[in-house]
Amino acid sequence: MTGHRLAWVVVAAALVAGCGDKPQQNGDKQTVLIGQASPLTGPQAHLGKDNENGARLALDEINAAGLTLGGKKVVLELKSEDDAADPKTATTVAQKLVDEGVAGVIGHLNSGATIPASKIYSDNGIPQISPSATAVAYTAAGYKTAFRVMTNDAQQGSVLGNYAVTRLGAKKIAIIDDRTAYGQGLADEVEKAVKAAGGDVVAREYTSDRSTDFMAILTSIKGKAPDLVFFGGMDPQAAPMIKQMKQLGIHAKFLGGDGVQTPTFIELAGADAEGALASNPGLPLDAMPGGAAFKAKFEAKYGQIQNYSPYAYDAMHVLIDAMKRADSSDPARYLAELPKTDYQGVTGRIRFDAKGDLAGGAVTLYQVKDGKWQTLETVQSGK
Amino acid sequence: MDIFLQQLINGLVLGSVYALVALGYTMVYGILELINFAHGEITMMGAMVALAVIGALALAAPGLPGVLVLGAGLAVAIPVCVALGLVIERVAYRPLRHAPRLAPLITAIGVSIILQNVAMLIWGKQYIPFPAVLPQGRHAIHGATITDVQIAILLLATGIMLMLILVVQKTRLGRAMRATAQSRQVASLMGVDANRVIAATFAIGSALAAVAGVMVSAYYGLAHYYMGFLLGLKAFSAAVLGGIGNLGGAMLGGLLLGLIESFGAGYIGDLTGGFLGSNYQDVFAFFVLIAVLVFRPSGLLGARGVERA
Repeated sequence: MTGHRLAWVVVAAALVAGCGDKPQQNGDKQTVLIGQASPLTGPQAHLGKDNENGARLALDEINAAGLTLGGKKVVLELKSEDDAADPKTATTVAQKLVDEGVAGVIGHLNSGATIPASKIYSDNGIPQISPSATAVAYTAAGYKTAFRVMTNDAQQGSVLGNYAVTRLGAKKIAIIDDRTAYGQGLADEVEKAVKAAGGDVVAREYTSDRSTDFMAILTSIKGKAPDLVFFGGMDPQAAPMIKQMKQLGIHAKFLGGDGVQTPTFIELAGADAEGALASNPGLPLDAMPGGAAFKAKFEAKYGQIQNYSPYAYDAMHVLIDAMKRADSSDPARYLAELPKTDYQGVTGRIRFDAKGDLAGGAVTLYQVKDGKWQTLETVQSGK
Repeated sequence: MDIFLQQLINGLVLGSVYALVALGYTMVYGILELINFAHGEITMMGAMVALAVIGALALAAPGLPGVLVLGAGLAVAIPVCVALGLVIERVAYRPLRHAPRLAPLITAIGVSIILQNVAMLIWGKQYIPFPAVLPQGRHAIHGATITDVQIAILLLATGIMLMLILVVQKTRLGRAMRATAQSRQVASLMGVDANRVIAATFAIGSALAAVAGVMVSAYYGLAHYYMGFLLGLKAFSAAVLGGIGNLGGAMLGGLLLGLIESFGAGYIGDLTGGFLGSNYQDVFAFFVLIAVLVFRPSGLLGARGVERA
């Protein structure tokens, strides 16, 4: 009887040991797991898959070129997880990635998911680079493991608010946000910048990231006759919103952030998208130093670029670049190299400031003309 | 005044869609005391199937008038949803007819998740745009605007609801439905085939859901595999508000919920001097729901059990 029990304990111990075996040794080749987390189901799945593809493209290239760390050949393997753009799921997924023994994480996509997950990565000392989280709060927590290769909301919002007043000549501005960390954070920064530039915020309304009916809040906004409506949120809401603005006969300009500046927005809003304005952090794809080459590589493999895949691609390269400089995939060792990053990526030169934010991020403004996003201009965010 | 009128129009359009979906919940509850949580997903399926047909037609024959294309979409979506409703009833609910009430509730949630995922596999995870085939006319009345699509939704919803009342009150099937709702056993003893009546109820409810799904996707210009969840939840709340199991209650509850949401979001900020904003829109709607249920636990019209169907 005791013998049986002992046997089971041995089996269990062996299983546990097997699971905990972090970098899987296999001959003189070493497999290093890199995590990727983004919404792969739900309304933002198209953006989540785009991030995954960007990260995978970089990873495949690094593997193909061959990577040697600490004298050992290293094969990278992507562990992609679905956080459903949900803060609660994000923490579960983050813990899962940590338990699986990833050496670093590219993600998450949404600020709302990235922020709670960042604590788990920080507690376990796993470096994290978000390709698309823009909320200020992400790096404001002061975690040493949190980085991003994307202009943040404070940078983008101040450019947007200032642009609306000084360049678009809007005096009365209505602001709507979707109550997510991203939407609200961006809208708050725009509100500040509008006021600083001498504009007037005549309405501040709210919706959710699952909503498609905005008739009530838009009607209320119509009564205040704004020159411009700013929306802090994503394309699935922005498209019906601009349609309903046209239905209600609101002639104000429509301005959004990077969540709106997507091909999906034009596809969903159709002819009503015409004239809509939106920004995207960084440079337009065709003005990126490596934009054309990236586009060719990406589209050959995965089809149309949605939005953030070039950043996911760069984030992966930045992560592995730090590993190369440290000559190790051990998070404790290569984490010290990440703040010293100076990497020339597809999206531009990537350096981090003291908080892990992208230093001196650019913001580009676009407008829909003839059913396409056309570049208006690129504005450097104030330091 | 023009703002008030506009909010009234917004609320009525939204409310008539809620009412159509709420009818499906309430009819099934009236007869089976089962909350068919898969009903919202049938609405979604209706929208998706219609969109697929409309998209294909818009490509194949671009010259066709929008109303005809939309009609074709409906003509395919309704039978598909009816068939779906019948299959769900037969597979997921009928075998559990005599099981504890919790069991069919759980299968209902299961079916709802299955339908969402099936739709995701077939049509993908992205939002699907509604092709611009419909007339985009706008009409101004006293400073408010109403679009052709909104007028069509209001007329169609009213027509369908009147027809449903006629069917339930005047036809043999309607009488059988009302009898089964009062007592399945006694109705069976009088020669009513309860299974057929229940199947017919599911068929009618699913047809209404299909129409509502097409309306929603035409109105907002998009469809998505997840769209049925929130719509179903709101319509279910509307059915409870009106008194679940009561046809008139579902219609009243739907319209009321639409109006409450519309006026709530539109006026809450101005009324409270900006202290509460439109972020309290749903809180406001559900506060009304709770208040009604505290004073009338069976909903606004729920007490009159005789009219259950």
